[in-house]
Amino acid sequence: MYAAKPSHSLIATRQQRNGRKTLTTVQGLPKKFDQKKILKVIKKKFACNGTIVHDSEMGEVIQLQGDQRKDVQEFLIDKKEGLELDAKTIKVHGF
Amino acid sequence: MSEPIPTADRKPRKSVAFADEQTVFDGNGETETNGVHHGDKDSAESHSKPAENASGDDGQVDEVTAMFEGLAKKKKKKPKMEDEEAVDEEEKPAEDDGELDLSALKKKKKKKPKAPEDDFEAKLAEAGATEEGRTDTTASAPETAAEPLTGVQDGDLKDGTGIWAHSSTAEVNYESLLHRFFTLLHDSHPDLAVGGGGKSYKIPPPQCLREGNKKTIFANIAEICKRMKRTDEHVTQFLFAELGTSGSVDGSRRLVIKGRFQQKQIENVLRRYIMEYVTCKTCRSPDTELNKGENRLYFVTCNSCGSRRSVTAIKTGFSAQVGKRKRMIK
Repeated sequence: MYAAKPSHSLIATRQQRNGRKTLTTVQGLPKKFDQKKILKVIKKKFACNGTIVHDSEMGEVIQLQGDQRKDVQEFLIDKKEGLELDAKTIKVHGF
Repeated sequence: MSEPIPTADRKPRKSVAFADEQTVFDGNGETETNGVHHGDKDSAESHSKPAENASGDDGQVDEVTAMFEGLAKKKKKKPKMEDEEAVDEEEKPAEDDGELDLSALKKKKKKKPKAPEDDFEAKLAEAGATEEGRTDTTASAPETAAEPLTGVQDGDLKDGTGIWAHSSTAEVNYESLLHRFFTLLHDSHPDLAVGGGGKSYKIPPPQCLREGNKKTIFANIAEICKRMKRTDEHVTQFLFAELGTSGSVDGSRRLVIKGRFQQKQIENVLRRYIMEYVTCKTCRSPDTELNKGENRLYFVTCNSCGSRRSVTAIKTGFSAQVGKRKRMIK
């Protein structure tokens, strides 16, 4: 299903149980990146916490605290400090 | 650093407009609800006096008349100037006509507020009696007493009464014929008839209610789906995927979404849905159909330009386990 676009990153956010708190998930990152390292950079950069979740369907998913959709998107596209991904492969949900 | 602007929210949103009021007619909606309208119209026509048809309460008929008025006015414009001088003479025969012409006048007055060209109409209202005179000159007929030559002649088109009766030998004037044309066109080819009118694609704004603290009710999803010609399930699926949540449909076909959402958020999501799954990318027409083609792909077929393109299946993001940590532990 997802094989058509291997490097298709999906970013989704969802509302948490208590109030306005949200969670951002990043999934479908290309395999060539080390998720752990990315997470470390992101955590530092966005000043948020996060984890890597192993999902049976989606593989490794990065979860971040707070609504980081815009930040993550910029980070994924960024050429200097980011991942230099194509903007078209990134899909931000829930705007 | 951050030179690329986030693409998603900067997308041009020209193709979709959310209307403020509910009574919007557009190419899509009308073809969609055509059957219903037929029913309405038939009954309206058979119950009401045929003369009122032109300004009847049916939206479709109104539209026709509006168009028809616009067209007819151009024709009328010329004689009007002469008429204003000739009011005095012309008024007398009009008075003689008695009932028939009076009804015609009434008819005209009803139509007026609905007409699109206001300033012209205002002028007309000032020179109220000019109408009488104008008809006489346009028709250039001495037999005014027999037939109200203003506007649409009496007679029900569908029932074949009045002027449309089979045995009727009276001359059918231009406006009646024009009206007939638009009525028929509207009935059998609504797309064409509407194409002349409003082309904008309008959708009523989503109505959001809050249920309790954590649930949002999307009340008019059925109506919106109907207007877009998409199944509820597809739209629902998309909404849930985009909002990253879940929900259910309640008894009166309203959508209950888990989580708190503003109307604006849902509107944005709907807008994106329309951009992606409704509008034709080639001609930007919203008059499209979504079909499941072979090999499990969805295809959008445009009804106006005939183009066909595949659309991506709705991808649900990873549904993270939010809250309720206890459930996570297996």
